[in-house]
Amino acid sequence: MDYYKLRVTKNRLMQFLVYLALFSALVPLFSILSEVIRRGFFTINFDFFTKPTPTVGEAGGGVANAIQGTLITIGFSSLIGVPIGLMSGIFLSEYGESKLSVAVRFLHDVLSGVPSIVIGVFAYALITRSIGFSVTAAAFALAIIMIPIVTRTTEEALKLVPMSIREAAIALGIPRWKTTITVVLSGAKKAIVTGILLSIARIAGESAPVLVSMGFWRWWFAGLDRPAANLALNVFIFAMSPFENWIALAWGSALVLILLVLGISVTARVFTRERY
Amino acid sequence: MAAKFEIQGLNAWFGLKHVLKNIDIKIEEEAVTAIIGPSGCGKTTFIRCLNRMHEITPGARVSGKVLFNGINIYGNGVDPVMIRRKIGMVFQKPNPFPMMSIYDNVAAGLKLNGVRDKKILDAVVKQSLELANLWDEVKDDLNKSGASLSGGQQQRLCIARALAVEPEVLLMDEPCSALDPIATAKIEALIRKLAENYTVVIVTHNMQQAARVSDYTAFLYLGELIEYGSTKQIFENPKHELTERYLTGEFG
Amino acid sequence: MKISQKISPFIRNLNIKSVSYLKNHFKGDDIFKLVSALFASSIFLLLGLMVYELVKGSWLSIQTFGLNFIVGTTWDPAISRIFGVLPLILGTLVTSAITLLIGVPISLGVGLALSEYAPKKFGVTVSFLVELLAAVPSVIYGLWGIFVLIPFLRDHVYPYLKAVFGFIPIFSGPIYGGGVLTGGIVLAIMIIPTVSAVMRDLFSAVPNSQREAMIALGATKWETVKTVISYARSGVIGAVILGLGRAVGETMAITMVIGNRFQVWPSSLFDAWYTMAAIIANELLEATYDLYISALINVGLVLLFVTLIINILARLIVWRALRLTMGIARE
Repeated sequence: MDYYKLRVTKNRLMQFLVYLALFSALVPLFSILSEVIRRGFFTINFDFFTKPTPTVGEAGGGVANAIQGTLITIGFSSLIGVPIGLMSGIFLSEYGESKLSVAVRFLHDVLSGVPSIVIGVFAYALITRSIGFSVTAAAFALAIIMIPIVTRTTEEALKLVPMSIREAAIALGIPRWKTTITVVLSGAKKAIVTGILLSIARIAGESAPVLVSMGFWRWWFAGLDRPAANLALNVFIFAMSPFENWIALAWGSALVLILLVLGISVTARVFTRERY
Repeated sequence: MAAKFEIQGLNAWFGLKHVLKNIDIKIEEEAVTAIIGPSGCGKTTFIRCLNRMHEITPGARVSGKVLFNGINIYGNGVDPVMIRRKIGMVFQKPNPFPMMSIYDNVAAGLKLNGVRDKKILDAVVKQSLELANLWDEVKDDLNKSGASLSGGQQQRLCIARALAVEPEVLLMDEPCSALDPIATAKIEALIRKLAENYTVVIVTHNMQQAARVSDYTAFLYLGELIEYGSTKQIFENPKHELTERYLTGEFG
Repeated sequence: MKISQKISPFIRNLNIKSVSYLKNHFKGDDIFKLVSALFASSIFLLLGLMVYELVKGSWLSIQTFGLNFIVGTTWDPAISRIFGVLPLILGTLVTSAITLLIGVPISLGVGLALSEYAPKKFGVTVSFLVELLAAVPSVIYGLWGIFVLIPFLRDHVYPYLKAVFGFIPIFSGPIYGGGVLTGGIVLAIMIIPTVSAVMRDLFSAVPNSQREAMIALGATKWETVKTVISYARSGVIGAVILGLGRAVGETMAITMVIGNRFQVWPSSLFDAWYTMAAIIANELLEATYDLYISALINVGLVLLFVTLIINILARLIVWRALRLTMGIARE
């Protein structure tokens, strides 16, 4: 009888601990979101979205240049990363059993585990040291981060297209490669776009590789061989600075950044859920 | 009547499994030939050998000759893609392209072969749907998704799609097994109509369907051709003991 | 009636034995395979180039210090120009250890809560939220860490910790708010969403027959859950190692709260310290001469090796876990 009581007590205790864990995980996470919203909200005014970074000590100013710079950088990065990721994903799903595919898949997994700062150093060594701190270098680093994500999601999306669709196209006398790029690809369109969106959300939030390959920039976009302002990096620089107005901008930038990143993520996930 | 197909010594394997053993058979043109037999006897594999679909499965192998209009489709220099345009196929489970409209489904074969002229496409789509007995039911909204049709309509859509590329032969792999009796009856009537201009080979596990629909019947068992003849002869006067036992329902 | 003879004559005139058509189609498939294989193989080039550039960039440092780089404890760019990263390696490992000590039990709890304990609807919503939070950029964790967490810990938590546990050396130093323990806490909060999601998936994948067998034996909920954990244990270890990999490579959040002080060993958990990732982020842009730059790139190389080893370990264990869970588990 006593042993039974012990088991019951243990059971209740563990249940309590599990919910305690859930609680202690959710509290800080909610705190982060609410603080960003609260403190960021106060900084946001019309100027915030239209003016570039103010000089130290000067009141006002905004993150317009950072939004511009971030969009250009992740746009350029996508131009490199998406095609490579897409074609790699198509290769892996269509010719998935070959030895090459096994190696490629493994290496993509390895790459996705490399810290983003190391990728930034790579971009620094390869590009920054030749053409200088630049959007190009940062876009290169971000593209490397994107590629494994897009590859994996594309491969999985294509695998979901049922064999019957492929067979129907082949039976119509359409060559294999054409069935892949027309019928199969359009069947997987939604999932592939979702994967691309998620990878964009990821690189929009990256600051470490941007820091070491591009550096901080206070002005408007000035060419692909110069740096550009970056939202995520600005949060870092502003937060670590001793200037009141910059710290306020840090919270504002963080709010815009979170809205951007979560906005894309939510859209992507809702997009996929629609199919079911 | 001339033979559309002359099959000589056809063997097929899935890896090491020998699925079709030395099939010798002639398929008559502009007639319906039914392939019957118990589950696993190789019926589906057989017709998939006729349009070189069998070989797309990894590990699948074929040997022997399949003469189509006198030319061996497995011969040197023959392009399987071309074969499949001349020999169309309809599958057991209707498989219209889900994100395409009815129009686009039927036009798919032509569009992907470079036909751009809208007038031609419009005409072909209309005639294919008419041939498939589907035109009246869908003519008001060709832009509806292919997947929004009922099962029987989807299957007729697949038939229209196959006919649009102007094949000479239509291979049908148990086309009615996923359909209700009314849809089945519609398709059976359609098959009889198609036989006027196409060679139809239909695999079916439903003996009564074979009796209703076909001019010739071939009975396969464990990968071997047991008996082949006119449907009337097979059903009324089977020559082989196995055929008779199958027809009377002793197995399969 | 057959389709009118007027339409698309080209299809009707196809000669199935035509050699030119033959060439067209075989070419198409082969070209496509080649092109896509080339794109896919770019990963070899990328990773190879990365290792090459990192080694090339580190070469000066490797030549100058050799293995002393790894065991050296001096980092003096200004005067003696000697660089050694042992304290950084220790800093990285200790912070990660704290991260795991805090983060793993909580992630385990969250994973269990979402998979075994929570009612359906609640579980789905919270899961969605948790997955969303995994997408929050690390700078934002750092920002929150500086302005919210640090004041909170400094004023309301650390003083009590020190009061109660102060007799143990690691709890006895001066408190300024940031430091090693704070870094570990921030990183733990960062990895919880990802690791919890993986754990939840692992537990959900355990077949129901296992749970039913335990329940039929008269087991309590906790005893049933213990079986689930045990069944998925290889995967759990793999998830932990994955979390470790993330913590080791994390840069921004940690450099914002850890204090960035290079020292062989901190005086306490409340003292500032430094990690490999943090030093690269802070000093690469300030490095003015070649040896300095080379040393920092060398740090990157060391960091790469450490994470590669951790990740390969994780892959092996998770792969083995998958095999066991899918087939019949035999230990």
